Formats: sequence, structure tokens, C-alpha cells
Amino acid sequence: MSVDNTLLRSTRWQAGELIFWSFAFIAPWLLAPHALIINEIAIVALFAVSLDLVLGYTGIVSLGHAAFLGFGAYTAALFAKHMCPDPLLGLAVGIGAATLLGAACSLSIMRGSDLTRLMVTLGTALILLELANKYSDLTGGADGLQGVIMGPLLGKFEFDLIGQTSAWYSLTVLFILFVLARRLVHAPLGATLKAVRDNRLRAMAIGIPVTARLAVVYTVAAGIAGAAGALMAQTTGFASLDVFALDRSADVMLMLAIGGVGWLYGGIAGAVAFKLMYDVIANITPQYWTFWIGLFLVVLVLVGRERLIRPWTWFSAEAKEGTS
Amino acid sequence: MQKRYFLSTLTLALLASYAGGVCAQEKFKIGLILPMTGPFASTGKQIEAAARLYIAQNGDTVGGKKVELIVKDDTSAPDVTKRIAQELVVNEKVNVLAGFGLTPLAMATAPLATQSKTPMVVMAAATSSITQASPYVVRTSFTLPQAAVAMADWAPNNGIKKVVTLVSDYGPGIDAEKFFKDRMLFNGAQVLDTLRVPMRNPDFAPFLQKVRDLKPDAVFVFVPSGAGAALMKQFSERGMDKAGIKLIGTGDITDDDILNSMGDVANGVVTSHHYSASHNSPLNKKFVAAFEKANAGLRPNFMAVGGYDGMRVIYEAAKTTKGGNGEALLNAMKGQVFESPRGPMFIDAQTRDVVHNIYIRKVEKVGGQLFNQEFDTLKDVKDPGKSK
Amino acid sequence: MLTLLFDGVAYGMLLFILAVGLCVTMGLMNFINLAHGAFAMLGGYVTVALMQRHGVPFLVCLPLAFLASALTGMVLERTLYRPMYKKPHLDQVLFSIGLAFMAVASADFLMGSQQQIMQLPDWLRGRTELFPDTPFVLGMGHYRLFIIAVCAALTVALQYVLSATRFGSRLRASVDDPRAASGLGINVNVVFAATFAVGSGLAGLGGALGAEVLGLDPTFPLKFMVYFLIVVAVGGTTSITGPLLAALLLGIADVAGKYYIPKLGAFIVYALMIAILIWHPQGLFVRQGGKS
Repeated sequence: MSVDNTLLRSTRWQAGELIFWSFAFIAPWLLAPHALIINEIAIVALFAVSLDLVLGYTGIVSLGHAAFLGFGAYTAALFAKHMCPDPLLGLAVGIGAATLLGAACSLSIMRGSDLTRLMVTLGTALILLELANKYSDLTGGADGLQGVIMGPLLGKFEFDLIGQTSAWYSLTVLFILFVLARRLVHAPLGATLKAVRDNRLRAMAIGIPVTARLAVVYTVAAGIAGAAGALMAQTTGFASLDVFALDRSADVMLMLAIGGVGWLYGGIAGAVAFKLMYDVIANITPQYWTFWIGLFLVVLVLVGRERLIRPWTWFSAEAKEGTS
Repeated sequence: MQKRYFLSTLTLALLASYAGGVCAQEKFKIGLILPMTGPFASTGKQIEAAARLYIAQNGDTVGGKKVELIVKDDTSAPDVTKRIAQELVVNEKVNVLAGFGLTPLAMATAPLATQSKTPMVVMAAATSSITQASPYVVRTSFTLPQAAVAMADWAPNNGIKKVVTLVSDYGPGIDAEKFFKDRMLFNGAQVLDTLRVPMRNPDFAPFLQKVRDLKPDAVFVFVPSGAGAALMKQFSERGMDKAGIKLIGTGDITDDDILNSMGDVANGVVTSHHYSASHNSPLNKKFVAAFEKANAGLRPNFMAVGGYDGMRVIYEAAKTTKGGNGEALLNAMKGQVFESPRGPMFIDAQTRDVVHNIYIRKVEKVGGQLFNQEFDTLKDVKDPGKSK
Repeated sequence: MLTLLFDGVAYGMLLFILAVGLCVTMGLMNFINLAHGAFAMLGGYVTVALMQRHGVPFLVCLPLAFLASALTGMVLERTLYRPMYKKPHLDQVLFSIGLAFMAVASADFLMGSQQQIMQLPDWLRGRTELFPDTPFVLGMGHYRLFIIAVCAALTVALQYVLSATRFGSRLRASVDDPRAASGLGINVNVVFAATFAVGSGLAGLGGALGAEVLGLDPTFPLKFMVYFLIVVAVGGTTSITGPLLAALLLGIADVAGKYYIPKLGAFIVYALMIAILIWHPQGLFVRQGGKS
């Protein structure tokens, strides 16, 4: 099997993927009572995929990815409120704004260690939060931006109460951007990203323009996160300050860690697992669900992702290091 | 490979748990959405306890149907509140939505209430404009302008002519500041400065220092319940009482929930509010005793009474409409007049907002515990935020 | 204005005591421990519980808070943390967030969700004013004076241990290069365990001291994690003086920002941090020869 063939094989769509996506698109019809949570999962999965590009494929540790989510959300919400309630146009505006912000912020993550980047990205998100709070005349401040009424999608599909329109809208955007991301990571560009992640010095030595690559991937990921934010604002008709908060960035990082980094489906798997788990547990114990989620996370990491789903390995010999 | 199996098995397993399906019976369903976790969890706790107390005292059948109370945690995030409310309306087909611990949470849900024609009983949030966000909103908590205006009427008559306001920077805080300031100026007093404290604030010190430097007669404070203790301690630590600056504010800073553990620093603080656990009425004494008994000695606060009265409004409306919903249920809520543990109150038929007495109280030690002792009453205060 | 400076210094020193354990852990074990705030919260709650329910005097509670957190830290280090050292940073983050969640929920369950209120002893409640009625008035709350005194003493002690004792030099060696250190016969595992215990203990002490000033409720670990991380990032992980200066800077900037520009108070802190980190990515005060 030549090198070209092996590389090409990974770009082809596997049967499992096709089954998954078909199921995803049938779900809002099949599981109509859960269309709302499907919508939420799709949005958060999109956000997780964008973080995966940055974290999993390029190794940039970011605790402030919510900056782009929030920026896309507020831009789309303000656009719909003051200019034009068309959802697709608002989505484009949200993506555009977030991409610009990403390009600007990519300058700040070039240097320093993991911790530095963690703090700089976190600081960016928090600064945006404070700015949104200060300009409360524009953004509604701590009370949130209300009165965002969306027009019908494509001029025909109203955003109804049951949420099916929202779910299909979000799933479509997720799919399109996912395909884009997939092309990106399987292209030579993606290979250089992985090289930068694994050993930056060596990548520089063989001539990969590291800073340019970082800028490109950070900007693209910001745009995708902005799309997720715009979707969130449009499907809930609301945007508030906590969209910038540390919780959002931390949640999505958790989802990615649960599903597995460096693998685009990791973000989606993590989003599905986390949201469903949260929903089920929160129904059982509305007040103390954080405890069980925390316990799950600790066990997951101690035992290792691969062993968790194979219970017969739980009590066998030494945990294999580095398999997760 | 395993990763794909992981995804599919997990998804299918968890979806199977949903396959329980929706079994619709003849029930009167109340969707109670509260912040049960996060910084405002104590609000959620108080309201849930009060709601359950009401059901325990008044039976779980109303209008011929069995009452089902569905409690959900929205973690104080508005988009979660909206999604939970939407699910409750669409999947559970609740007759009424209730709770709403903070203004943004209520505001996010209001359009949904209008769209689905579901009455929404706000038991905690206190910004004026909430009842105007949807014709289906009914409030049983209170509004900040009610308390603020009452204090602004009392203060100038009691030696306070120069004041600095210090509020948390969000809807209710801004409401409190605006109405207090306007009324003070109207009454001929001076407002030296209006300070706003960001919501996510670990330290009040710099703000209190600024107040001290301005040397007013008093500082008028509003912070959400829970932050009052920290503020009061900083106040006395800064020697403000010795510098002759009085502490006045709305009752949120002497929240009954934690008043007793504040210690002597709270003694003598004058506040204006609609409910004190020491309110001298037989109904209130019964309420407090039953609440403490059912909740391991926890004292009910104004959040609890908002929840208790909210349940009363819902129950009476359900009785009148025989367990109905929609506009009929809403109309049965408007105009209800009754005696609450806080005193007499009614739901204004036009504004759907609460009209009740506002008391001026002072913190005093009674029987070894600290209570807000009411010494002055302003009767039947409507929300000034709407009387325009 | 001097009063502001004083307040900022008190706040900064408190942050330093809370965060110093985190700095050393990160520098030494290269382990991002986001559950550090939970140890602080434990110290706070232990103090509150002992004072309120058993009437233990405040001064006695402080060392007890230190011990409680240190012991918990030691136990957890041996059992849960040790397998995590080799894992990738993301897993460590996940793990420590999971622990933090569990701590938050447990505190909520055991102690209730409201703010805990401490009753300070009378001798800590006063206030002294120097140069009153001048622009240079310096108002010092006695409790804040106490905090500054305790933290200064601890800093001196820590610096002494680090630079003048054998354990300190073993610690510095292990931070610089664990492999070389263990090659020279230093028992790196023991150093790790002891450092983690002391770091957690200090966090507990900080939590006990800070309950009065910062407030104490179950969301404490998550609320203040950002501030701890800022101290660590700006101060660097290779010395004690770095985080100290970073914490002081942060405390003063925060207090001054909120006084002079209230609406943008927190913004100043974050902007300052980003500017510093872009200018000096390794942190402001890095010892030469330390690893990145």
C-alpha cells in the first residue's frame, strides 16, 4: 500500500459516517419532542469541532474560544434586531465578524507556553465580556439582548415552537462546516498543522511557516465558532453575557476531551454524550448534578477513554498509559 | 474503530432511556424553572421549598385534576431557561410556567409565553419591565422601584439629606438606583453620586472607599441577596458607621435567609421591603413555623414568600377554571385579592403586577436572633415603574 | 489614595497565598490543577464550621485549616493525582475540573448554597487611621493588617525554605529537571508529595483568611480560579517572588481600577495581563536557567 493510497483512504467517507449523518438528519423528525435538545447539541457540536481544529490538530490550548462564539452571537443578534431579520444573512454576518476577530486575536497566541496561551485566550474572552457589559445600551448588559425576532428561513420556514426548523437549520450548517473542516484537515494544510502540534521546532526546521499556519487555523476556527454563536442567538432569539463566560469555553473543552481530540468526530461525540448525560442527570437531581458529572470526568480520565467502553478491562492489569 | 462504536452505543443507549415516551394523563402541570445551582442556588432552594409547602398544606388536587410540580434547574443561564421552558410547553404540555430567579431568565422566556399562550408566574425576578415583556406574565415577587421609592420617601424625613447610591450593575439594580434617585430629588434631598458595582465582583472595598470619600449622610445599597453580608462587613470594617454614614437599602441586603448569621454588624440597618419573617400576622407565623419545620430550621425569606404566593395564585386560578390553561387561566389570575404571609396583596388586573404593602424595617435582636422589625408601612404600593 | 494602595496590597497578598501552591505545583509537576480552588474552599469551610458550630477561636482555626487541606492534598496526591502526571495536559485539565465540580456539589450538599458568614474576634475588627484629614490619609482595617502580616511572614518563611534549606534546593532541582534530579539521588516522589501537601495547605489557609474578604460559598473554586491562573501565568512558575509581585500587581490594579473606572474595573486587569504576557510570554519574573 503506497503512501499516497493510505493518505487518500482516510479522506474517503466511511460507511459509519454516512449512517451517522443520515440518522442525525432524520432525528428531528423521528424524535420530534427532542428537537430542541438536538438543536442545542448541533450548535455545541459545531463549537466543539471548531475548538478541535485549534486544540486537537494544532495544539493551541485555548480557554477563551467562547470569545468567538459570543462575538458571532451578539453580531448576529444585533444584525437581526436592527438591520434585517433574515437568518442566512445574519449567519454570514456573524461568521464574518468572528473571522475578523479571530484574525486579530491570532496575533496574541503566537508566542509563549501552553499556560501563556491559556491565559491570553481566557483574557480575551473575559475582556469581550466586560465590554459587552459596559456597552449595555447596545448589548442589554447583564439582562441580555432581547427582542430578537427572526424572519423565516429561506423565506419559507418559520422558527416554530417545536424547534424542528431550528434543529434542521443547525444540523445543515453543522454538516456544511464539518465537511469544510474535514477537507481542511485531510489536505496537506492539515498535515502541516499536525506537524506543528507534535513538534514545532522540527516543523520550523523543515520549512513549514508556523506562524502563518497558526494564524490561518485560528482564524478559520474563529469563523466556525462564530457560526455556532450566530446559530445560538438566532434559534433562541436571545443573547446574553454568559455566552462569553469561562463556563462556555470550559464546557466545550470538556466535551472535546470526552469525545477525543485530534479526531473531528470527537467534538460531535463529546457534545452528544455530555449534553445527553447532563440532561438525564439533571432530571434526576436538579441540584447536585455537578457532582455526578465531575465523578464521571474523574473516572473517565483515570480509567482512560478506550477502557471505559469495555467494562471487562476495568479490573485487569495495569492501565495502559497514553492510549487515550 | 472503537471511537465509532463508542459514539453509536452511547447515543443509542441514552436515547433508549428516552423511549419511555410521554404518557399524557389528566394532570395540572406546573413547570417550575429555578436556578438550583450556581451563585443564586439559595433562591431556587427557597422557592422550591415554599412551593412544596403550599402543596403539602393545600393538597395535590385542584380543579378536579392532580397537580404535578415539575422542577428544573436552569443554572442561571437564559438560553437554558428558554430551552427548558420550551420543552416543558411542547413536551410536557404544562398548564403554567413558574419560577424565574433572575431578570434575564424571565425576559428570555417571555416571548415563548406569548407564542404558546402559557401563563408565566414570576416568583423572584424584580425588574419593572418584565410584566411588559409579554401579556402572559404575572408577577408575585415584587419590583425594585416599589422598595426604592418607599425608602426615598422615608429617608429625607429622617435626617438623610445627602446620599450616595451603590447598586449592582444589572436590571433590578439600575431600576432601584433610578427610582430612588428620582424620588429623592423630588423630595428635595441630594444624590451625590451613583455607583454601580459589576455583577461578578469579588471585592466591595474600592466602591465603599469611594462612598466614604464623598462623605454623605447615608449610602443606599442594592445588591442581590447573598452579597449583602459581604457588603455589610466591609461597610463596618471601613469604619463607615463611625464616620457617621448610615446604611440604608432595600431588604435584599438583610435577606432573612442569612440575616441571623450576619452578626452584630447588621444591627440597626434600616431597609424597605415587602416581606419580613417577623411580620406580625397569624398567617405569617403559621407559614414561618411550617416552613422551618419542613426544612430543618431554614428561615423563609422574600423569595420563599414569592413562591408561596405564586402557588396560591396558580391554585386559585386552576380552581376557577377547573384546571384550565391558556388565556382562561391567565384571566383567572388577574385581579386576585388575598392575604399573604407578607400582608394583604393583590394582582393588578391591568398590569398583572403585584400590589402590596412596603414596610420600613430595622434590624433588631429578638429572642436572641436577628430579625427585620417592621416599624412603618406604606400601603398598597403599585409598581412606580408602570405608573407613567 | 494610600488607603487604596493598602487595600490592594492586602488583596494581593491574599491572592498570593492562595495561588502560590498552584504556581509551585505547575512549575514542579507540570500539572495544571484547576481544582486548587477546592482546597482553598475546604480550608474556608473548615474554619467556618469550627467557629460556628464548636466555638473554636479564630487563631486556632487557621492552622487547623492549613492541616485539613494539607492532609487532603497529600491523600489525593498519592491516590488520584499521581497516575495523572504523565497524561497529556488536556486530560489533566479534564480531571481537575471534574474534581472541582465534585467539590462544589459536595460543599453545596453539606453546607448549603448560601454565603457563609464569619464572625471575627473583636480584636480584629477595628480600624486605624494615619494622617486623617489629609490627602495622604491611610485607613487600615485591622483585619487587612492581619492578613498582610500573616502573608508576609509566610512569604519570608517560604523564601527561606526555598533558598536556605536542603529541601528547598532539592525542590528547585526537581523543578528545573526532574530526571537529572532523580539521577542525583533526590527522591522526586517525596518532594512532589510534600510540595503538593504544603501548596494545598497554604491554599486552605488562604481560604480561611479570605472567607471574610472574598466571601465563601460553594462556587468559590470556580469563581476565583481565573485570578489564581492570572497570578501563575504572569508571575511565572520558577520562583516565589515572581508570583508575589504578580499577585500584588493584580491586587492593586483590581482595586484601583474599580475605584477610578468602576464600569471597566475587571477589564483593566485582563488587558494588563494580556499585554504583559504578549511582551513576556514566560511570565514577568523568570529565573534564569529555569525550564519553560
